[in-house]
Amino acid sequence: MDRREFLGVLGAAATVGFSLRAEDARAQSEADRLYDAPRFGTVSLLHFTDCHAQLLPVHFREPSVNLGIGSMAGQPPHLVGERLLGHFGVPAGSRLAHAFTHLDFDRLARQYGKVGGFAHLATLIKRVRATRPGALLLDGGDTWQGSGTALWTKGQDMVDACKLLGVDVMTLHWECTYGAERVTEIAEKDFAGKIDVVAQNIKTADFGDDVFKPYVVKDVNGTKVAVIGQAFPYTPIANPRYFVEDWTFGIREEEMQKAVDAARAEGARAVVVLSHNGMDVDLKLAGRVRGIDAILGGHTHDGVPRPTIVANAGGRTLVTNAGSNGKFLGVLDFEMGSGGVADFRYRLLPVFADLLPADREMAAAIERIRAPHSAKLGERLAISEGLLYRRGNFNGSFDQLICDALIAERDAEIAFSPGFRWGTSILPGEAITMEHVLDQTAITYPYVTLAEMTGAQIKEILEDVADNLFNPDPYQQQGGDMVRVGGLAYACDPTARMGARIQDMRLAGRPIEAGKRYKVAGWAPVAAEARDAGGEPIWDLVSRHLRAKRTIAPPALNLPRLIGMDGNPGLAL
Amino acid sequence: MKTVDNTRRRVVQTGGALAAFAAAGLLPTDALAAWNQAAFEGKNIPDTLKALNLDNPTPSGDLQIVASDIAENGAVVPIQIVSRIPNTTRIALMVEKNPNMLAAVFDVPEGMLPDVATRIRMQQTSNIVAVAVAGGKVHTVTREIKVTLGGCGG
Repeated sequence: MDRREFLGVLGAAATVGFSLRAEDARAQSEADRLYDAPRFGTVSLLHFTDCHAQLLPVHFREPSVNLGIGSMAGQPPHLVGERLLGHFGVPAGSRLAHAFTHLDFDRLARQYGKVGGFAHLATLIKRVRATRPGALLLDGGDTWQGSGTALWTKGQDMVDACKLLGVDVMTLHWECTYGAERVTEIAEKDFAGKIDVVAQNIKTADFGDDVFKPYVVKDVNGTKVAVIGQAFPYTPIANPRYFVEDWTFGIREEEMQKAVDAARAEGARAVVVLSHNGMDVDLKLAGRVRGIDAILGGHTHDGVPRPTIVANAGGRTLVTNAGSNGKFLGVLDFEMGSGGVADFRYRLLPVFADLLPADREMAAAIERIRAPHSAKLGERLAISEGLLYRRGNFNGSFDQLICDALIAERDAEIAFSPGFRWGTSILPGEAITMEHVLDQTAITYPYVTLAEMTGAQIKEILEDVADNLFNPDPYQQQGGDMVRVGGLAYACDPTARMGARIQDMRLAGRPIEAGKRYKVAGWAPVAAEARDAGGEPIWDLVSRHLRAKRTIAPPALNLPRLIGMDGNPGLAL
Repeated sequence: MKTVDNTRRRVVQTGGALAAFAAAGLLPTDALAAWNQAAFEGKNIPDTLKALNLDNPTPSGDLQIVASDIAENGAVVPIQIVSRIPNTTRIALMVEKNPNMLAAVFDVPEGMLPDVATRIRMQQTSNIVAVAVAGGKVHTVTREIKVTLGGCGG
């Protein structure tokens, strides 16, 4: 190396060093702006929900279709894209706009990087807790399911990560799909003395006894705070009943009122509900039950920047929803007065991995969890030319890919894929790994099914699921999206009554006939008979399909023709 | 611990069922004697009400059906009927879309709270009709319970 080369190297090093420092400083100030807010009041509650076992940072595209029907039309959470930005005053193109909407997703995802990840979430939680000593950390559930490692360890990876994260209280939904015995084992052994599982609406099917504590009362800086648990009310309907056949769920409004009253009688001066109802159900509940200061909600995966304030006979109740996949941490601060909660501040903080250095202890723990599985998870199955995502009322490109795979691999005419709201996103040009496939499919009832169904039966299924999504009474909604459909074209009028929403069903241009039989492939059956029949796990079928294809062109989304939805602020097509 | 608990549950359940029969004085022979064949074979609400001698029911806000909006299992749907109408002596429960729509009739003796619960079978989404007799008047309340195919949740 001569002198010139040496200087050149020095120069390069200096430039790199300088730009790294500049990058650090930029990230630092951005992080300060985003994450530092002065402490407010004396009671702080930190809330994450529906992380779906995503231990590492991910991309997650928010929906461009999230329709609200009837009184819910145009109200949060049924706002997407620019309508959401306008309603909440979020600047277009900003980090927050990227966190809360699907807009320009591919470009902004590359600009702002991945979101979530437990090591980054841990750093954020420590940062917020530093200014809010005594803050409680609440986990809204759907924590133990959604990844390969969670499935293979029966949720143990997430159980250990949540203990390390410092979770205080949690409630349940997908956790129950590991079976009642496993949930009880974790609640009673792993969590003993550390994390309280609360659920006022899970009872034994025989005598109606509580399975878990309905609520816990915690002392936060001298204030007694009650956290009431509300598990997903329709767990035995939306998921296989055989996992929890001795338990019964439901919304249980009257018992909720009793729990609130009991907590108040016990001296609780702030009462919150940690809920897995879904936001529309929470909004209705908030109007009908007295004495709840806030419902910290999840299930519907809505990243809602500000709480909705609901008036009721007892005063007012805040309703929040904190998104999914580890993207957000909700921070609710209460100022206490003589009559209880006097004022509040709420922020939904997006967890940007590049602004929050990984917490070392959590990063090491995640590394240990993943090490035995890393080769299997890392297998590159195919390259995706387009953006793959799931979330949306009617379809997502990854679901389309699953439907295409089902039709191709099972020689079916029509494919159904469930309207789950979890599942990460893949940017154009990225490899689809086995881990990605498991992010979309890792459930304890993954069986592929193939059946002959009449046109009438197909219509009945579509109508049934559409009613779970679009019933004008929120208490009749189950919080999932519409079943994804491959091969079959249809029209949908969400405002119609059940039985009349699904119209103009066609296969290859020809009207579906009520009495004719069609070959339909699907997965995730809830019936015990389907479990007993076995069936290939969906991830095997999809990964086989991807390996053979090697390159996946952007899937052509099969979307229904929508009737009566023009101008709905929950629609951006 | 769990096994012991379950065993206790089963014993208590079986014992409970027998005790309920005995307490109500409904030993099998009595129950058979009181069986209203026509009512239980009613194929529509008017016929069923007629067979039960229940005429002109009027809707009442003091009669309540407690149940989940969506059944967890159509084969076993828990239904509770609570009457706050004074002197309620009889409560009947009908499922509009069941082939035989009368599901249960409860006679409420003096001193018993008119608060009854049972489990019914429903094949499809249907209106549930509860009827209460009090002081010679007939009161009713209707509520829809949905039976869904399931799956596809969140």
